[in-house]
Amino acid sequence: MPLTARKVTFGQLLLRGLLAGLIAGLFAGTFAYFLGEPKVDAAIAIEEAQAGAGEPAGHSHDDEEALVSRDRQKGGLFLATGLYGVAMGGLLATAYTVLRRRLRTTDDARAALGLAGAALAGLVLVPFVKYPPNPPAVGDPSTIDQRTISYLSIVVIGLVAVWAGVLAFRSLRPGAAEVARLATGAGAFLLVVLVGYVLLPTIDEVPETFPPSLLYSFRLTSLGTQVTLWLTLGLAFAALLARLSTPAVREPEPVAV
Amino acid sequence: MAKIQAVRPLDPPAVSPRTLVIAAAVVAGLLLLAYLVAFDQGAVSRSGMFLHELMHDGRHLLGVPCH
Repeated sequence: MPLTARKVTFGQLLLRGLLAGLIAGLFAGTFAYFLGEPKVDAAIAIEEAQAGAGEPAGHSHDDEEALVSRDRQKGGLFLATGLYGVAMGGLLATAYTVLRRRLRTTDDARAALGLAGAALAGLVLVPFVKYPPNPPAVGDPSTIDQRTISYLSIVVIGLVAVWAGVLAFRSLRPGAAEVARLATGAGAFLLVVLVGYVLLPTIDEVPETFPPSLLYSFRLTSLGTQVTLWLTLGLAFAALLARLSTPAVREPEPVAV
Repeated sequence: MAKIQAVRPLDPPAVSPRTLVIAAAVVAGLLLLAYLVAFDQGAVSRSGMFLHELMHDGRHLLGVPCH
């Protein structure tokens, strides 16, 4: 049988991206529930102690007056990561549809994992170094708009940096030494990232009294949550694509009578 | 007949203007969903701060500025 490519529609790819995103979101939510929630609880205890000491609280986490109780916030964690995963899965599938022909590989799984890896680098790792995530009790509520704009800026710069890295990698002929191509790509990536890091404002709103070890472990689990999401998303999307290209239900063999 | 079936590569649709328009609409919808989860402070969701508070822990652990 000749290896003809199987035609797929955008809808088929999108559906698989959304499903992979839901799976990835629930995986990341489970990771965050067991490893992240204890740190969020500890940080909220510190926030409430500060509020009790007379400092104005940005918003309340107190069970009695809170809009949403802590228990429901822990359930809401899965809603948040699930919906976020669905959104990212849909974006990955759309990027896959639009960019597939430009990705120089015949392997669909490699293409899917490559795009997920690019998103992990641009959307997660680049922003993480400049604006590491903060637990409750860290951050001045009055600067939230400025911090959000800066965060979105570094996300865009991260994606541009990945794109620049790929363009630079390809600018050398395939005949060139692989090391030279990789070095050129990495150099272009780092150049864009460093320009972004220098241009964007530094934000450090960690109170002096906040326990450094809690801050460190919170940031590590937050990174773990995001890496879990993108790794699972890439793998699940690749697996669903493989199922699409080898359908389980085969056409019945013609039976000789 | 052998049951082994070769994995055939997928052939995604050609990137026509029509596909791009649909893709852009899908991207806009998905970005709105991501915005609701990650950034909304009650401006879009019309539920006040309810959704913001409900998804509070996820926002912190997904590394987005929260408050």
